[in-house]
Amino acid sequence: MSKSLRAGQMMLARTVAAVVLLISLAACSAAIAAEPDKRLGLGRPATPEEIRAWDIDVRPDGMGLPEGKGNAAKGETVFAAKCAICHGDFAEGLDRWPSLAGGLDTLKTQDPVKTIGSYWPYLSTAYDYIYRAMPYGNAQSLKPNEVYSIIAYILLMNDIIQDDQFELSKTTFTSIRLPNEQNFIEDNRPDTPTLEDGDPCMKDCKPDVEVTMRARVLDVTPQGEDKEAAKGAIE
Amino acid sequence: MSRRNKQSSETDSAATRRQFLKSSIAASGALVAGSSIAHAKADPAIAYVQDWTRYLGDGVNAAPYGKPSEYEKQVVRRNVEWLTASAESSVNFTPLHELDGIITPNGLCFERHHGGVAEVEPDLYRLMINGLVEEPLVFTIDDLKRFPRKNQINFLECAANSGMEWRGAQLNGCQYTHGMVHNVMYTGVPLKILLDQAGLKTNAKWVMAEGGDASGMNRSIPMFKALDDCMIAFKMTGEALRPEQGYPARLVVPGWEGNMWVKWIRRLEVGDEPWHAREETSKYTDLLENGKARRFTWEMDCKSVITNPSPQAPLKHKSGQTVITGLAWSGRGTIKRVDVSLDGGRNWIPARLDGPSLDKSLHRFYYDFDWNGEPLLLQSRAVDSTGQIQPTKTELRNARGYNSIYHNNAIQTWHLKKTGEVENVEVS
Repeated sequence: MSKSLRAGQMMLARTVAAVVLLISLAACSAAIAAEPDKRLGLGRPATPEEIRAWDIDVRPDGMGLPEGKGNAAKGETVFAAKCAICHGDFAEGLDRWPSLAGGLDTLKTQDPVKTIGSYWPYLSTAYDYIYRAMPYGNAQSLKPNEVYSIIAYILLMNDIIQDDQFELSKTTFTSIRLPNEQNFIEDNRPDTPTLEDGDPCMKDCKPDVEVTMRARVLDVTPQGEDKEAAKGAIE
Repeated sequence: MSRRNKQSSETDSAATRRQFLKSSIAASGALVAGSSIAHAKADPAIAYVQDWTRYLGDGVNAAPYGKPSEYEKQVVRRNVEWLTASAESSVNFTPLHELDGIITPNGLCFERHHGGVAEVEPDLYRLMINGLVEEPLVFTIDDLKRFPRKNQINFLECAANSGMEWRGAQLNGCQYTHGMVHNVMYTGVPLKILLDQAGLKTNAKWVMAEGGDASGMNRSIPMFKALDDCMIAFKMTGEALRPEQGYPARLVVPGWEGNMWVKWIRRLEVGDEPWHAREETSKYTDLLENGKARRFTWEMDCKSVITNPSPQAPLKHKSGQTVITGLAWSGRGTIKRVDVSLDGGRNWIPARLDGPSLDKSLHRFYYDFDWNGEPLLLQSRAVDSTGQIQPTKTELRNARGYNSIYHNNAIQTWHLKKTGEVENVEVS
């Protein structure tokens, strides 16, 4: 018997085995009976108009950007009227509301400031987010020209563009790249010990143990009085 | 006459008797607690006929939707006001120290909103599937309830749970340090079945889930996960989702960070690339010491915490038989073992896991021992079914620095004092 024939038979045998396995799985997994190809006749087609009404997302490749345009000069007015009350006139951020400008060279410090200039990898995220969620409490109310203008203004405040007449539009949008795009890496956990590194220690794992920090010193737990010292994680 | 009516027409003598009872309990408390059969005096809790023993209680339907006992008023979600700029984009915390077993009561499941609670009218609820599908579809909530259903118990943990503790021991209470987690049974429709109705195109690699709330929350889910164990759920532990948990329908993404479990879900768009939405770029990315940031860190790591005793739940006794209990979980599978340390991680003893051990669900552990009354440094350390070992704070900081915010699964230390009080500490 030639090698290739034998290989062919083995493949056939594997296919048969796989089919048998599939059938037996189907037989015993009575939990969800719907077969992959089976349409159940539920729901109805979405109309193009309905899809247009809800399909508001924008991707880094420009997919989803609407027609429209705006520049930073116009954006300054829109920003002052609709954004500055929380984010400040120059996108610097007021009180606990996030700053949208600055933060360069802060990522390795104790107080990283994450803006489109210092951290965000893609400008499309700004369009996607501003239209869907801003202004806070009046979401999905901005016109495309207003969103383009606001983004142009934030780009200017971050020194990513210098010209306040630069027309940001569906055509020019993807020409803008943000400085921190290259600094994102994929998930490479686990980065702490696993059983492959050996069983966890059970006896005499370290010398005498000392307390090195107490929460009571900071006293930021609710009903504590000094609430200034802690660093928050939620925005 | 019912107890309620009786109380409203209570006589002076009854009131006096109750006052006497109270002072008598207080006076004899020390005796009863500190002694034994040798004291002939009877415990007034036994010696007197209590009101609930003598008089009729409320009839059925006094509370058509039942509530906890009035003596359990402290068992509530709590927030930390200084944490956020606005309550509509904020978080509160599950009171883990008041709970046992593995299921979180619906009203105690922590809340995290980005644009407040959407009060969606079920008649106006729609779920749309569009993008790279053969036929874009719209479902009503009644449509969803005609699909084959599935039940699964899963924990939901916010990626920022314990995020305030990266830099050091900050908050005194496991409610605050670990309370952005809950565990309920979801009933719903597997996402795969819904996507199959629309028909996936061959280049369909990602699904963007979008909420109908005022933040329009959106996250990109890789197709392999969407087709594996995700579901659109409309019930939690038997009843309709609570408004703050996404009523009438939410996405369930077992084992993965809570932010992806889009609430009030209104749309699933199928695509060939991820969207890089705000919550997967600016937020929920893990900044490392070298300035690089990990993205798409979806899985929740192996983690555990002792819930009792803990700062909000001190011990009431000074020595003797004592229960240490806590929770363990992993987004990668089940918990294989939990060890407990009484001396800050120098020596470890295996704890006892009790109750169901379910995939991507909370596990309950106990360690029962005879406390000698001396101060202890309590820790718990979990190992999951993939072999991941819960790290120490030092191991985690050595790997990631101090700026990661998210995915802090480090071992927690509680300092149990002679008084029974407990404090959040860090140890060498």
